[in-house]
Amino acid sequence: MKKKLNGYLLAGLIITGLLLALTILGTFWTPHSPTAQSGLKFEAPSAAHLLGTDKLGRDIFSRVLRGMGTTLSIAVATVLIGAVAGTLIGAVTGYFGGAVDDVLMRLNDAITAFPSILLALVVISILGPQSKINLVLALGLVFIPSFARVTRTAFAGLRDMNYITSARLMGASSGRILALHMLPNTLRVLLPALTIGFNNAVLAEASMSFLRITPLETSLGYMLSESQGMFASAPWYALAAGITIVLQVFGVGLIGEGLQRLNGGDA
Amino acid sequence: MKRKVIASLLALALILAALAGCAGKTTPTASSSDLNAAEKTGRAAANELVVGIAQDFDSLDPDHMTAAGTKEVLFNVFEGLVKPTSAGDIVPAVASAVEKSADGLSYVFTLREGVKFHNGNAVTMDDVVYSIERRRNGEDAAAKLAPLDIISGLEPSADGKTLTVTLSEPSNEFLAYIMNAYILPADYADQETAPVGTGPYKFVSRAVQDNLVLERFADYWGQGGSLDKVTFKILESAEGLVLGLQSGALDLVAHLTTTQTKQLNAADFKVEQGSMNLVQALYLNNAVAPFDDVRVRQALCYAISKQQIIDLAFDGYGIPLGTSMFPSFGKYYDESLTDYYTYDTDRAKELLTEAGYPDGFDMTITVPSNYQPHVDTAEAIKMQLETVGINVTILPVEWGAWLEDVYGGRQFESTITGLTSDNMTARKLLERFGSQQSNNFTNYNNADYDAILAKAVSAADDAEQTELYRQLEKNLTENAANVYIQDMADLVAVRTGVEGLTFYPLYVLDVSLLRWA
Amino acid sequence: MKYTAKRIGMLLITMVLVSLLTFVAFSLVSGDPAQTKLGVEATPEALAALRHEWGLDRPLIVRYISWLGGFFTGDLGVSYRYGSPVWSLVAPKLGLTLLMCLMSFLLIVVISIPLGVWSHRWVGGAFDWVHTAFNQLCMAVPPFFTGILLSYAFGILLRVFVPGESIDLGAHLARSLRHLFFAAVCVAIPRIAMTVRMMRATVVGEMNKAYVRTAISRGNDRHGVLWGHVLKNSLVATVTFLGQTMAEIIGGSIVVEQVFGVPGLGSFLVSSINTRDYPVVQTIVVILAFWVVLAGTLADLIDRAIDPRLRLGGTK
Repeated sequence: MKKKLNGYLLAGLIITGLLLALTILGTFWTPHSPTAQSGLKFEAPSAAHLLGTDKLGRDIFSRVLRGMGTTLSIAVATVLIGAVAGTLIGAVTGYFGGAVDDVLMRLNDAITAFPSILLALVVISILGPQSKINLVLALGLVFIPSFARVTRTAFAGLRDMNYITSARLMGASSGRILALHMLPNTLRVLLPALTIGFNNAVLAEASMSFLRITPLETSLGYMLSESQGMFASAPWYALAAGITIVLQVFGVGLIGEGLQRLNGGDA
Repeated sequence: MKRKVIASLLALALILAALAGCAGKTTPTASSSDLNAAEKTGRAAANELVVGIAQDFDSLDPDHMTAAGTKEVLFNVFEGLVKPTSAGDIVPAVASAVEKSADGLSYVFTLREGVKFHNGNAVTMDDVVYSIERRRNGEDAAAKLAPLDIISGLEPSADGKTLTVTLSEPSNEFLAYIMNAYILPADYADQETAPVGTGPYKFVSRAVQDNLVLERFADYWGQGGSLDKVTFKILESAEGLVLGLQSGALDLVAHLTTTQTKQLNAADFKVEQGSMNLVQALYLNNAVAPFDDVRVRQALCYAISKQQIIDLAFDGYGIPLGTSMFPSFGKYYDESLTDYYTYDTDRAKELLTEAGYPDGFDMTITVPSNYQPHVDTAEAIKMQLETVGINVTILPVEWGAWLEDVYGGRQFESTITGLTSDNMTARKLLERFGSQQSNNFTNYNNADYDAILAKAVSAADDAEQTELYRQLEKNLTENAANVYIQDMADLVAVRTGVEGLTFYPLYVLDVSLLRWA
Repeated sequence: MKYTAKRIGMLLITMVLVSLLTFVAFSLVSGDPAQTKLGVEATPEALAALRHEWGLDRPLIVRYISWLGGFFTGDLGVSYRYGSPVWSLVAPKLGLTLLMCLMSFLLIVVISIPLGVWSHRWVGGAFDWVHTAFNQLCMAVPPFFTGILLSYAFGILLRVFVPGESIDLGAHLARSLRHLFFAAVCVAIPRIAMTVRMMRATVVGEMNKAYVRTAISRGNDRHGVLWGHVLKNSLVATVTFLGQTMAEIIGGSIVVEQVFGVPGLGSFLVSSINTRDYPVVQTIVVILAFWVVLAGTLADLIDRAIDPRLRLGGTK
């Protein structure tokens, strides 16, 4: 039983590891330049161009390699912002409760009521879409409420535990209790939230660049968007970009599944 | 174990059945071409046409529209006293005759008999005076057409059949400007939502962000259209337009790229090639660093190969340009300026070093995301500039935002767009670079230029004026005001069976000439 | 009853907060709607006049209160860009988006509930991993990727629907529904996978409970127990989850609308933000937020109707 459960983790780690290796490789080296012409237009996949070439004669394999990095870095940064800020809010509201809790959670509800892409759009139109950083900030903000909710429940649940009460009686400061005694125990709920958050972030970044709201980076979402109109003459372009996104999310999804099963939960 | 497999197969079958159930409702057809034919005959039988366009209309009031894409369509709905022909001439329209006085200071327009508005009312002299006044007096700021300021008097005759327009100074371009004073019903307040004009097609309905429906105007004074109904379907993604053609939803789409036309089945569509009559350029904001330095602008000109862009992104279709003028303008167009800057990356690097950017710099190109040709050009430029160390970020923005931030607000570093002359005057293409012009979005500021421009606009002698316009062109090139690229080829996909597509020296689509064979 | 009133009160507070946030957010956005409307060549007087006409020269709070007043009396204002009443512009788009979301929701319910209940049987079996992996895979597919594939397969090759066509329910209902159906499928696929996963976990948890074991050991039909007791007891979690799903599909529909050329709320919102057409933006945001909050509230109320324990439980 145990062995089978770890299969997900293993498969997820293998897929993610391979993609990560390719991503790192792509950051430093690609077979051709991802942004310069290296062949004729719309060449079919061949030994020289593993995934063929696009409308400007650029090597699609190189573009996918580079695009993975863009998508991944935005997704990771987004989740980090969401998780750190969300956990802080969750910890404070969960631990202290009271008026702070009420106000922040109402605000949380209101933000959650904006569908996520719309919220990001609004934030971007306030900040201006000029940079990757604004995109990350906008998406990060979108991810705060879900993290806040998850951690708030966990912190609230721990608040009245005996060991916390005794720590408090022994004179430990609130900060110390939150950071040292409670945070490690919330990791169990935080980890799955992180993997789900990562998946949502990859999809959100892809959606944003698919809708062309963000700068035209060599990002997988943008490649998918531009390949849509070339499906008849270069189906491999759309498939390459699309399948890479799917694999990125799939790999982390499997890791999440595996972790959850290790932790005893079934599904 | 078996049961589980069967259960999962059942579930899959359920999904497939749901899909197949939907599929079953359509008539089954063997090949895509067959159904294309069926779609086609359906609309051919109904004498209808669906035209795909890339953007929504900025206004249906012809005096308020600013977007070229809006003018392109509303050309079919509105007319002035005079109107343009596909040959580039200006001919009488709502007026039946125009007479110009010997000194060039007055024009007499004879109102054509029997011209009706789409609402059925006859056009009267009151309507004509109202329409010209609306563009002239500035009561409605958005409707004001500044070059009409030279009108010093409007005098209708007592019988209401002729109108004498007097000018404060002679102008060779007066008719071209009065052409855009569209004749509208006097004091009609709903132009914005239910436009009424005198053109061969009348407005039927509009669904915001979706479509605009026009119908043949039966009481049109001239040779009216052949199609009974024309729908303009808005699809803001370039991919959507191609998909719409392939699927049979659309019959005609203009301004496509070669990449897009290659996706189409040759049996279903013919691709006609005209010229867009616009100046596509990498427009630089001359007021922001580093583009306020002429050496940097010149370096860009040397580092960008127009021909390479045309070959790469446009399969060789397109006419390279070196200044703000294109060949349709004949005598005004100075071809020698095209090769003023020959592609030379070493020279570009030298200039950058002189200007203090030996290692290049970062720049942003803002592009309207719904115009695929401009996006493709931006990508090609990005590739070229990398070789001289300039790192380009391409920022796609929605059309409305482009108009507001780039064109209106001048908040940009560089942008790629195509500038047109909406009234067939060379002046329109050059005037905007005068430092005091409100539409000088590139902030070009050159004292010589302003001086020549002032002389050119008021020049009465045609030869002198032509010479001055050519000097302006030269000034723009020498100072590398912008990186001029090309007059783009206009590739129009037309469904087999549709005839009569006619190219104008203007950015318009005349649907009154289109018909099903 | 008291609880229902309380939930509705909370709903209202959230809505007011959402609309206020939107107001504040857009007062921070750069760009002047009057300038957008009148164009570059407008005179300062004309701009000032238009701003006055639209009430933009009043303080934020006054504008907000007057908007709120208008909202409750059914006056949503006039679009800056199109000059027509906001509701007449938004209504047809709302219709399409709602229809698409409802189709999508229906697909999710009809497919994922039976699959979810069934799937508990795979637990621990040899094919468990196939099911789990397939599930994860479906969750990983971005709806717009499915959209591209389906558009090409069913739109161009099989010609089941016509991509790029105007969707007109009045003129050709069947065609329009087919068009929307494929868009709905794209939104539904990852959601179906998530719901199945959630259902499975709940059912498995429930099956391991004492009452189920007792019922089965007493000789009750396993099938009967599953569809009777277990399903009923899993409903609370399912309804909550479906409430969230209902809220989230409307966000997912925005990108899919773009792929399928559906002129829905999503694309209208994006372009209205870009053209600073605040009355339209405000209305759409409130509608979307209402949808999200309503889904949560309804799920909560239904849960309490199903499970009496929740009613006794009181506060949380």
